[in-house]
Amino acid sequence: MNDHPESFEPLIKMPTGIQGFDEASGGGLPRHRTTLLLGGPGSGKTVFSLQTLVNGAQKYEEPGIFIAFEEKTSQILTNAASFGWNLQDLVARRLFFIDARMSVDAVKTGGFDLAGMLAGVKAKAEEMSASNGGKPVRVVFDAVDVLLSHLENPLAEREEIYRIHNWLAENQITGIITAKSGVEGAPRTETGALQFIADCVIELKRAMRESISHRTLTIIKYRGSDFVESEVSLVVGKQGIDVPSLSIFDMDYAVSSARIPTGLPRLDTMMSGGYLSGSSILITGAPGTTKTMLAGSFLEAACLRGERALYVSFDEGPAEIVRNLASVNVQLAPHIESGLLCISSSRAEARSAVEHLVKIKQMIRQHQPTCMVVDPISSMVKAGGETLAKSIAQRLIYETKAIGITLLMTSLLADFDQMLEATPIEISTIADTWIHLSYVIQSGERNRALTIVKARGTGHSNQVRELVVSNDGPDLQDVYMTGGEVLMGTLRYEREAEERAGLARHQQETEHYRRELQARQAEAEARMRAVQQEIQVAQEELATLDQAADQQSEQRQQNQDEVRRIRRADADDDGSRGSEG
Amino acid sequence: MMENKPQNPSQPEWKFRLYIAGDSPHSQAARANLETILHSLPEGCYQVEIIDILKEPMRMFEDGIVVTPMLIKLSPAPVCQLMGSLSDKKRVLQALEIREAQDE
Repeated sequence: MNDHPESFEPLIKMPTGIQGFDEASGGGLPRHRTTLLLGGPGSGKTVFSLQTLVNGAQKYEEPGIFIAFEEKTSQILTNAASFGWNLQDLVARRLFFIDARMSVDAVKTGGFDLAGMLAGVKAKAEEMSASNGGKPVRVVFDAVDVLLSHLENPLAEREEIYRIHNWLAENQITGIITAKSGVEGAPRTETGALQFIADCVIELKRAMRESISHRTLTIIKYRGSDFVESEVSLVVGKQGIDVPSLSIFDMDYAVSSARIPTGLPRLDTMMSGGYLSGSSILITGAPGTTKTMLAGSFLEAACLRGERALYVSFDEGPAEIVRNLASVNVQLAPHIESGLLCISSSRAEARSAVEHLVKIKQMIRQHQPTCMVVDPISSMVKAGGETLAKSIAQRLIYETKAIGITLLMTSLLADFDQMLEATPIEISTIADTWIHLSYVIQSGERNRALTIVKARGTGHSNQVRELVVSNDGPDLQDVYMTGGEVLMGTLRYEREAEERAGLARHQQETEHYRRELQARQAEAEARMRAVQQEIQVAQEELATLDQAADQQSEQRQQNQDEVRRIRRADADDDGSRGSEG
Repeated sequence: MMENKPQNPSQPEWKFRLYIAGDSPHSQAARANLETILHSLPEGCYQVEIIDILKEPMRMFEDGIVVTPMLIKLSPAPVCQLMGSLSDKKRVLQALEIREAQDE
């Protein structure tokens, strides 16, 4: 473009300070250029542009000038005050408001232009820049169409738009021009020209979907820059406009491998120690499959470690949750008292999904939890359609992950097969861990079963476990496999009893056998003692016998000697002779 | 910049202030048109102050000027604003409540 004096200046972006928008636009609005903000009444044009000025002044110390062509500046300041922006300080140093409403009585007598006003604004901008360390200035032309319509001449309108556009580039000032968009996509003449001239065109819309107000922002055009082309949801909340972060540009969060207890020791074991810190967990299941209980014990465990926890419920009120969980020995009440746990309940239908997200983000900022629960996230579907709910759930996952919060979501699902075909909000693919709870009906019993469908970055058991709920709280039980069938409930109990009986019997038998052996041993020992006694007796007898024999032979010798002495025979011969003869 | 007709300096009946932006076509036209319109008034009973915003930019804020050229009739009451180049003579005279005595 010939009339663009700074054609070769590289594109620099100016952050608006509205985080989600700065992400979607890859850094903010084009500096020293013209941005056109289009939108119907109440679409948030004034808030968006004013917020950009306020953020500029607060966060980046950049002075700002707000030229109001339609609203009274006092009215704008009042509106700003309702967002909690403290403009008093800023107005003195960095913000300047110009009431540029045309007097109702002003008579139009011919052609006019904005040259005078721009000269004034330029002087003011230079003065403000100088008193703020040479920082660049942001200027908003709010509802410029009101003024341009006085020209009653499309050509003249176009000329003034060019004037503003060139003036911004020449003076290195970043401009935001807001204008009403025509009905049903047919732009008014002046905004039509504006769209061609502006370097960046953003359209704000407000629509009713399922009787919930829904605001969106679309970047229609952004010269020299890539941007998110799809509609971006936004909310005008207590603190102004909030564009929930898309986080698609930056998925680089610090990854932790620390484990966070699940609240169920046996589930921790199944998952190599617990959930991964900062990960997202999805628990799906039919109604009554203890999703809330698992969520509750996860938070109870967190609070017992002294960590802060947040419970966002779309189902029941806080008192109801606390009472119901207390009945299964998940005690949340003390942690609410100590301030570690914050429970928030709201009806899903009351707000749009984006509003819910913004509210959740506010609660995160206020409460600073390390662990949080959204129960159930499937309620989001109620609030404004599935595709939206899906993207909101995704954002919630990304954002909590980015700040290291462990997020546990529950989702209502009737059965697993249905789920594999189409997850209502398809978050199962994004969630790091997916635990499915189901009912197993067997032998006239309905039992709860827990399966870890997936667990990213975690070794995990692939076994189905039975989830048993008692007054002591939820616990997991081993299941029995017989002939390829999983046994639960009474069947499991019977099987367990059977095994216990078997063991007892076995113990008895062993004991019996042991006693038998002991008796046998005792018997043998007794026998051995008897034999030993016998041996001893025999030995003694033998000794006696020997002694007697000795005595006998001695006696006989004596007797022979006596005989010989009587016969007077030779001692040696007599005997033989005597025996011969 | 003051343009004071010297004939009757005691009390000019009409007081005007014209804001312009340098030599822009609209500003030049406004000055010329105002000159013509003033001929409808008796000599010496008006006073015109011309302010060039390009030279005195802060006047824009001080006086609440949005567009140029802009003519403000300060007196006689009521005060009225005329925006634009004053080319629509009929409307200008009507707004200023000047009788078109010497018309044509």
